[in-house]
Amino acid sequence: MSDEYTENKLEAKAADSSSGSYAPTAETVPAKESPDQELYHAKSFWTKWVFSQDAKVIGVQYALTATAIGFIGLILSWGMRLQLGFPETFSFLGPATYYQSVTMHGMIMVIYLLTALFLGGFGNYLIPLMVGARDMVFPYVNMVSYWMFLIAVLVLIASFFVPGGPTGAGWTLYPPQAILPGTPGSEMGIVLMLISLSLFVIGFTMGGLNYVITVLQARTRGMTLMRMPLTIWGIFTATVLALLAFPALFVACIMMTLDNLLGTSFFMPEIFSMGEKLEYGGGSPILFQHLFWFFGHPEVYIVALPAFGIVSDLISVHARKNIFGYRMMVWAIVIIGALSFIVWAHHMYVSGMNPWFGFFFATTTLIIAVPTAIKVYNWVLTLWRGNIHLTIPMLFSLGFIVTFVNGGITGLFLGNVIIDVPLSDTYFVVAHFHMVMGIAPLMVVFGAIYHWYPLITGRHLNQTLGKIHFWVTFVGAYAIYFPMHYLGFIGVPRRYFEMYDSPYMTSGVGLNQFITVAALIVGFTQFLFLYNIFTSWYKGEKSERNPWKANSLEWHTPDYPPTHGNFGKELPVVYRWPYDFSVPGSDKEYIPQDVAPSQVPTAKAETT
Amino acid sequence: MFVAVIFVLIILGSIIFHFWSPWWWTPVASNWGNIDDTIILTFWVTGAVFVAVCLFMAYCVWAYRYRPDRKAEYKPEDKKLEFRLTWLTALGVIALLAPGLIVWNKYISVPENAFKIEVVAYQWGWNYRLPGNDGILGKTSVGLISDENPFGLDSNDPNSADDILVMDADLHLKINQPVKIELRSLDVLHNFYIPQFRAKMDTLPGIITYYWFTPEKKGEYEILCAEYCGTGHYAMRGYVQVDEEQDYSNWLAKQISYEKMLAKNNIKNKLIAEKQN
Repeated sequence: MSDEYTENKLEAKAADSSSGSYAPTAETVPAKESPDQELYHAKSFWTKWVFSQDAKVIGVQYALTATAIGFIGLILSWGMRLQLGFPETFSFLGPATYYQSVTMHGMIMVIYLLTALFLGGFGNYLIPLMVGARDMVFPYVNMVSYWMFLIAVLVLIASFFVPGGPTGAGWTLYPPQAILPGTPGSEMGIVLMLISLSLFVIGFTMGGLNYVITVLQARTRGMTLMRMPLTIWGIFTATVLALLAFPALFVACIMMTLDNLLGTSFFMPEIFSMGEKLEYGGGSPILFQHLFWFFGHPEVYIVALPAFGIVSDLISVHARKNIFGYRMMVWAIVIIGALSFIVWAHHMYVSGMNPWFGFFFATTTLIIAVPTAIKVYNWVLTLWRGNIHLTIPMLFSLGFIVTFVNGGITGLFLGNVIIDVPLSDTYFVVAHFHMVMGIAPLMVVFGAIYHWYPLITGRHLNQTLGKIHFWVTFVGAYAIYFPMHYLGFIGVPRRYFEMYDSPYMTSGVGLNQFITVAALIVGFTQFLFLYNIFTSWYKGEKSERNPWKANSLEWHTPDYPPTHGNFGKELPVVYRWPYDFSVPGSDKEYIPQDVAPSQVPTAKAETT
Repeated sequence: MFVAVIFVLIILGSIIFHFWSPWWWTPVASNWGNIDDTIILTFWVTGAVFVAVCLFMAYCVWAYRYRPDRKAEYKPEDKKLEFRLTWLTALGVIALLAPGLIVWNKYISVPENAFKIEVVAYQWGWNYRLPGNDGILGKTSVGLISDENPFGLDSNDPNSADDILVMDADLHLKINQPVKIELRSLDVLHNFYIPQFRAKMDTLPGIITYYWFTPEKKGEYEILCAEYCGTGHYAMRGYVQVDEEQDYSNWLAKQISYEKMLAKNNIKNKLIAEKQN
């Protein structure tokens, strides 16, 4: 590589001598390794906006579809909360409907909302723009990825309308129960769920290959891996995890479909159900749990890592300060990603697997706390001695820190195998995972939308509505999930349709009513947010170029908002990391990534 | 200012809620009090970290709020600080993990003198089987289950005959007698959970799982199914009654053994056959 550098030094090397001892040596950029490829240029309305191959349009399509199905998930949660808070008043929900709501709510939120939104939505929109590429490397496959996702969502929705309704097996879909008649939706519902998940994995793989290869192969000149914004690091690592983890879910889905339709016995031992012995024999229900959680635990980080990355960028930009410990942040993301593949059985401490596994998985699980804690320290240390603009993205980032730390430390309870024994399958677990992989990532999603909405539409979201949205969502969600841990301490099990004659529950009646009311309020506020998104699209205050004064490439496109091909005639050349804020010696408050050291000769920026 | 104050109030509110909350553990009724101790330890360590991080954040929000004349510090890294924080965290994690693993080791090491009880879970209820005087539970098989033989006991196994069958959701235990619960499921996953005993484990078809505890307080405790098992999951309950020696023996005397049940069934079948003739 280095000999290539020498013949391609751009412009003034003279700047080195003029800027004294601080002179960055990074004035050089490598040559183009290959000539620019011609993009596919869409001509008609259909190929531009519907069957689009432009990653920006695909990103918005992903985001809108995920949001639409996410609101269905939200409404399902209201049904559950009404039943739990006021079981006598709202008796329209039977136990079957309740369990179907629980299942669909969980699956929709984890897979079809959060995974699709972070990777399909933000990934598509931001990766090419932030690494300085014109588009994804395989635009056509990228388009097909979205349409597979849409079909997966439609199959999922179809399961609401088949005989027996959608599956009520819980989002973990544990066999044998998932395919036996004691569970609602064990006829067609479970089949459609398994098909929908398989389609999702197929669609995701197409998108995922794009994201990974674009990051590895299509970065612009000078954009070294260690100059990438943490947003890209988060999305990139999460995509690698997903490409390795989703196949486990895929095979589990196929095997369970075979068990269900063809009578194989992958997961089915000898069973005596409802008065008769079934034909099955020899399979293992725990095998499914291993496959599911081998996917399921990395899945937590598939949602969390993009959130980690994005929130790092939001905090840095809005505090006008470089992210503290960038290299440590990158390594923490990579280490967390790698460790996430050897902790899966901490979801199975009381599943009946060999109890000796407990020692291994408790140890690996608690080790993850170290890189995760480092990330938290670095976020708050970025705030320290910053110049903090309390914009809405910053507010959501602060909300993220509080909810994430809260949810993270309860993970230290559940990961420590012996503490998991009394707490597993109680409301403590429900509170924990909602806080850490529901509320915390959603805080980042919201912050990111307020941050990048001007880039997408050229307009700002309404600030007043935004502030209401933040405070109600943050305080409300905290009020829902913080006290919920204490229901778990009493011993209230999760996935109970009702249990009002039990001594454990009677003391929690008032608390449950409070949680329900808070959940309704927080839920309604999301509709306010939706209203804000749609009205601001054409009525919002016009945004000037680069309104947050950020350094990363997406804000420095020739057209604002960026158009087809992203970067005019020449791709940008990158000279620095995206965190050169408040650099000493510079009269500029921020130095974008494509500014050469010679253009800011007095800036005493560290070489990156 | 406003924002920082709200964050501080949320943290203070959380602390106050924790100490004044009426929702807390039911008093422990088994030997697993040290699980509670591990949780309390974790509470103090992690609670301190949570409060410290959040208050530090709120302080930064207040102290470094935007002012046009302020310039943020430029300091990409501080290796020493990062190194110290890493090791401090690692120490904290070890302090939480080590006692946890010691207690876990106890949890999975069943004492020699533990009294074996088989719990049979089905959609949606509980049955129990106690070994008779021989102290050994007879062999079972799913294929043998019938109306006459609801546990699927193997009549050829000599250990089966004196097994005591409890066809009822209520189980009695002798106080201070360690018990090993052997869990068996006929159909789907269930979980035998009594909050006051702190212990739990899934029951699975095809495998026998186990855990142990010593009931240390007299009284009646509710059994909850803690692994989702279908529409009737929430209603799958039973009771455990922890008795003194005498009450326990009285209860045991009323239970029926496999042998006796077979004899009874035979008489009944004969009577039915005679009637039909």
